[in-house]
Amino acid sequence: MDIERAWDVHPQVSLRPEPFGAMLYHFGTRKLSFLKDRTLLSIVETLAVSPSVHAACKTVGVSDEDLPRFTAALEILERSAMLIERAS
Amino acid sequence: MTLLEAKPLAPAQPPSPGRLVDLFEYGLDAPICLTWELTYACNLSCVHCLSSSGRRDPRELSTDECKAVIDELERMQVFYVNIGGGEPTVRPDFWELVDYATAHKVGVKFSTNGIKITPEVARRLAASDYVDVQISLDGATAEVNDHVRGPGSYATAMRAMQNLADAGFTGFKISVVCTRQNIPQLDDFKAIADRLNAQLRLTRLRPSGRGADVWDELHPTAAQQRELYDWLVANGDNVLTGDSFFHLSAYGAALPGLNLCGAGRVVCLIDPIGDVYACPFAIHEEFLAGNVRSEGGFKKVWRDSELFTRLRKPQSGGACSSCPFFSTCKGGCMAAKFFTGLPLDGPDPECVRGFGEELLSQRDAASSIPKPDGDHSHRTERAQRKSTGPIALTLSVRGVERPPVSACAEDPLAGFSPAGPTHGANCSC
Ligand code: SF4
Ligand code: SF4
Repeated sequence: MDIERAWDVHPQVSLRPEPFGAMLYHFGTRKLSFLKDRTLLSIVETLAVSPSVHAACKTVGVSDEDLPRFTAALEILERSAMLIERAS
Repeated sequence: MTLLEAKPLAPAQPPSPGRLVDLFEYGLDAPICLTWELTYACNLSCVHCLSSSGRRDPRELSTDECKAVIDELERMQVFYVNIGGGEPTVRPDFWELVDYATAHKVGVKFSTNGIKITPEVARRLAASDYVDVQISLDGATAEVNDHVRGPGSYATAMRAMQNLADAGFTGFKISVVCTRQNIPQLDDFKAIADRLNAQLRLTRLRPSGRGADVWDELHPTAAQQRELYDWLVANGDNVLTGDSFFHLSAYGAALPGLNLCGAGRVVCLIDPIGDVYACPFAIHEEFLAGNVRSEGGFKKVWRDSELFTRLRKPQSGGACSSCPFFSTCKGGCMAAKFFTGLPLDGPDPECVRGFGEELLSQRDAASSIPKPDGDHSHRTERAQRKSTGPIALTLSVRGVERPPVSACAEDPLAGFSPAGPTHGANCSC
């Protein structure tokens, strides 16, 4: 995942906040994913209004040191098609 | 878990981070596995029907009431419902309700015996992303299937599946309730699914509804349970189980899935008259949480009912808590224990260590076994089932590859990363 590019939550994905974080459901693949971390949830929610993944992470206050961990988590979401690169 | 046990009265505010399954035990704002039985009417009379279906209940929710429930599910962001019955497609407004749900962003997976899946319907279904279909089949041959589901039901199901395949519907589900007669056919079921580009789904026979009457006759033997476990491990993610068999995890590595009894936590049932139960396999007043027709509707029942609140508190493992397998087996299925008259905080009747069987043999008179509520069975008996005679059981022990048990159960990203995706629409347990 190139974090300098813009990504969005896949249009067929629905996101529901839960006490532990959030749940995502992809209507196309019929798969569920879970976000167990509130910062990660904030990043995902901020993607749509951010010019890049990196910018979204900055907006919600992720430090450079933590960036690789969050990028890795976002990549897991990307692999299950929950996130999609924005067409330029 | 020590943390929880120390503060049993703590509000349902999950500590974070933690294992996902531990968080789920506190319940969710909306169910993941919501089963909605639209009608008790059915053209068949399967001997193990979990809801004792047959005749329509005159108090059934009307079309408008069903739509109001869907509106509420949309507001709660319930991603999808598992529609069943009875045979849901015999409701005259069935397709109208399916269209209404999908138009309101509530996905639908419905279970059917296939009676209404004509080539034309199959083509319509294949065109929708938001509808998934599950055909019930309890034998890979007509002989084994019809013994349980009734004469002609194998042909009906096979025709429906062929129609779906011909229409290009890939990945529809073939749902099999595992019984003593069909465990030797696991490979045959898989072959049928592969041939039709469908996905096999195996679930557990539970002594619920009419299932209570035939459980002794049909539930897999101990040797078959082992065979089933090995088969599931060997086939891994290619076969869905609706998280049915977590009690078998005690044989070795945990099976894929959440591995918990989700009743009232992630699972619940809305029955045809709007009653909300903790689980589709627990139709009994003990597990009745409320009704969607009451003030506050389904949302209030799900979030505030006394029963569900209780089920979301840490449960005592009773006799099981000292068992080394308790962390994955959790003492098994609440409904299976209840309808066989076993204590809810003890071992499952099919406990792989044999403790359930031991308890079953010590039960006193059958009078202590609770009867399921609400029998909607057809009043006319189905023709006497012929005994199929002894069915050869393959009890061969197969060498299977088991995934190595990791020395470190904690994922390096635990408590932080998204969990790997799970099949959403595969849960009935
Ligand atoms: S004793 Fe209880 S926890 Fe242990 S295997 Fe049996 S049912 Fe499962
Ligand atoms: S374990 Fe049994 S009671 Fe619990 S949710 Fe599954 S089927 Fe229902």
